[in-house]
Amino acid sequence: MQAENIFVLGVNHKTAPVAIREQLAFSGETLPLKELLAIDGCTECCILSTCNRVEIIFVTRNPDSTPLTIRNFLFGKSLLSDSDYDRYTYLHQGQDAINHLFRVGASLDSMIVGEPQILGQLKQAYKVANDNQCTGTVLNRFLHKSFSVAKRIRTETNIGGSAVSISYAAVELAKKIFGELKDKVVMLVGAGEMAELAAEHLITQGISQVVVVNRTFENAVKLAKRFNGKAAGLDDLIPQLTDVDILISSTGAQGLVLKRDDVKPAMKQRMNRPLFLIDIAVPRDLDPELNNLDNVYLYDIDDLKNVVDINKAERDKEAARGERIVIEETMKFMQWLAGLALAPTIMDLRTKADGICRAEIDRTLSHLKELSPKEMKSLEKMAEAITNKLLHDPILYLKGEIHKEAPGQKLASIRQIFGLDHDHDQEN
Amino acid sequence: MILIFQLTFFLYLFAAATYLVFFFNQNDRLRTMARITTITAGVIHLTYTAARFIHSGHTPITSNHEAVSFFALAVTWGYLSFRWRYKVKNFGVFVSPIVAVLMFVASRASQQLTELPPALQSLWLPVHASIAVMANAFLALAFCGGIMYLLQEREIKNKKFGLFYSRLPSLEALDNLNRHCLAVGFPLMTLGIITGSIWAKQAWGAYWQWDPKETWSLITWFIYAAILHQRFTAGWRRRRVAIMAIIGFASALFTLWGVNFLLEGLHSYAG
Repeated sequence: MQAENIFVLGVNHKTAPVAIREQLAFSGETLPLKELLAIDGCTECCILSTCNRVEIIFVTRNPDSTPLTIRNFLFGKSLLSDSDYDRYTYLHQGQDAINHLFRVGASLDSMIVGEPQILGQLKQAYKVANDNQCTGTVLNRFLHKSFSVAKRIRTETNIGGSAVSISYAAVELAKKIFGELKDKVVMLVGAGEMAELAAEHLITQGISQVVVVNRTFENAVKLAKRFNGKAAGLDDLIPQLTDVDILISSTGAQGLVLKRDDVKPAMKQRMNRPLFLIDIAVPRDLDPELNNLDNVYLYDIDDLKNVVDINKAERDKEAARGERIVIEETMKFMQWLAGLALAPTIMDLRTKADGICRAEIDRTLSHLKELSPKEMKSLEKMAEAITNKLLHDPILYLKGEIHKEAPGQKLASIRQIFGLDHDHDQEN
Repeated sequence: MILIFQLTFFLYLFAAATYLVFFFNQNDRLRTMARITTITAGVIHLTYTAARFIHSGHTPITSNHEAVSFFALAVTWGYLSFRWRYKVKNFGVFVSPIVAVLMFVASRASQQLTELPPALQSLWLPVHASIAVMANAFLALAFCGGIMYLLQEREIKNKKFGLFYSRLPSLEALDNLNRHCLAVGFPLMTLGIITGSIWAKQAWGAYWQWDPKETWSLITWFIYAAILHQRFTAGWRRRRVAIMAIIGFASALFTLWGVNFLLEGLHSYAG
């Protein structure tokens, strides 16, 4: 098996707009695995299809023709010119293909670096391919390796560590303040996509109740229904503070909705239980002075953006460590492939040597009939020892460090020196 | 025996150093190593204390060396007992240096076995002294919790996430830590003062004589009583409790040592 026979052909969010990705010849439900396998030369294949990318991972006997056939098959119904193909798709071969898939699996190639879904999607893609008997020795190993590389990167780096969206950052902060979010009450003041998203995240963390406050009570009721919560008018905002733990404000009001002096007496009534205030409105709803109160934590939209930026920078740093792991693992996989290529040659070498040894022993022994069985045995042992010792160094040479420039050259020379490829012509 | 003590000291030092390195690089293997070392050190330390007890025939808590070593032992086992019930992220990182420092102090003091002065030859000695030291141990743990709380809160309030934000547990967990430590430490301390007073009656003829140690332990007691009182009535919690736990522990330390060195009084047996 040569590394040069492994390919990854794909389009992703970086290379092609949705309009192009949509034109691929198949839709999510049934993958054309069988059709791909029917293409001349293609021996193994697997298709990863997500909303951000389509990747065809395949092994072929004809590295020259199969990739093109597969590409044309994929875009069969669309009207793309050759230059469009080159622009929108990428084709990785051998080491590049291995490196690429490892990066994809580890979420180093994702739109949001470090997001964990891609690994699950890759595992699912492999499962489907495997169920359809489209994978063999190489892809089985290749894909399993990509899973373990992703896992290794996840544990050895902090790539998936911290929140990189505003609403997740808010949830993370809430956890640092309250520990468990169970039996905490969250209040939404005003409505807005980001506020609702944050509320949803909080609910998945086990928040016990949502209170929705809005200037127009009907809107509050509507939104409250969605979260299975309670609705209240704007007048109720301050009295409600006694029971609320997290407050997310995103009204369109021009002035401040909540001032320092509104909250101060409430803190006493709350017996100083901490209060986490999140202000995602512009202009701001909450008095910046609030942060100076004891046990009150105020974050506005800029603060949260800051947190996200820090986390993103952190992820980028971790991603660089991930890339190093990918390179290391790619080299290891190349070694494995080279070993796979070696196996038949070593086998041939041994078969040939053993054949000669056996033949010569038989011929010699037929002349020396007066030898005792013990002496015959010694003679056989000697012949075997000579062949083994002669083969030792060539095999060691084969298994040794594989030169990057010419991976197949060593194999070719050994095969030529020992005449492994003409055996049959001579003997038959 | 000195060898055992030095081994224990070394192990605590090693645990503290390992915890410190772990705190920066967050390598789980180091944490496991530090934990095992701490437990091992705790067990050997216990053996050392028992050996000293057998040798001297009285609870080894009378000389400065013994008292501080016992203090370190109590902090370690208080910490271990705590760990067994609650999980507080990276608590060990803050506790282990304190234990190491205490052991260092103990190692500098004279390790001679001493004869007990007649006033101390009483059943109350082990009871009073060990309860008082154990109370201090839990107050020391509350002190660690207080420091951790303030460090963590500062980063959250100032919105500057540095070293501690990701490494320290949530504010809630730290506040709980404080509460539990005080809930154990304060009754022990009260008991320590009561037993001391009963013993004083036997030994000196009066329950309370206002010697500096007594006065200071009463001051400390009032600090902690204030924390608990305010916590239940005015809802003092978190930041204020954390600060008070630090002040209270400073006062407790002064009661333990400062009084011995700076103020003359009836309690000045150790030196």
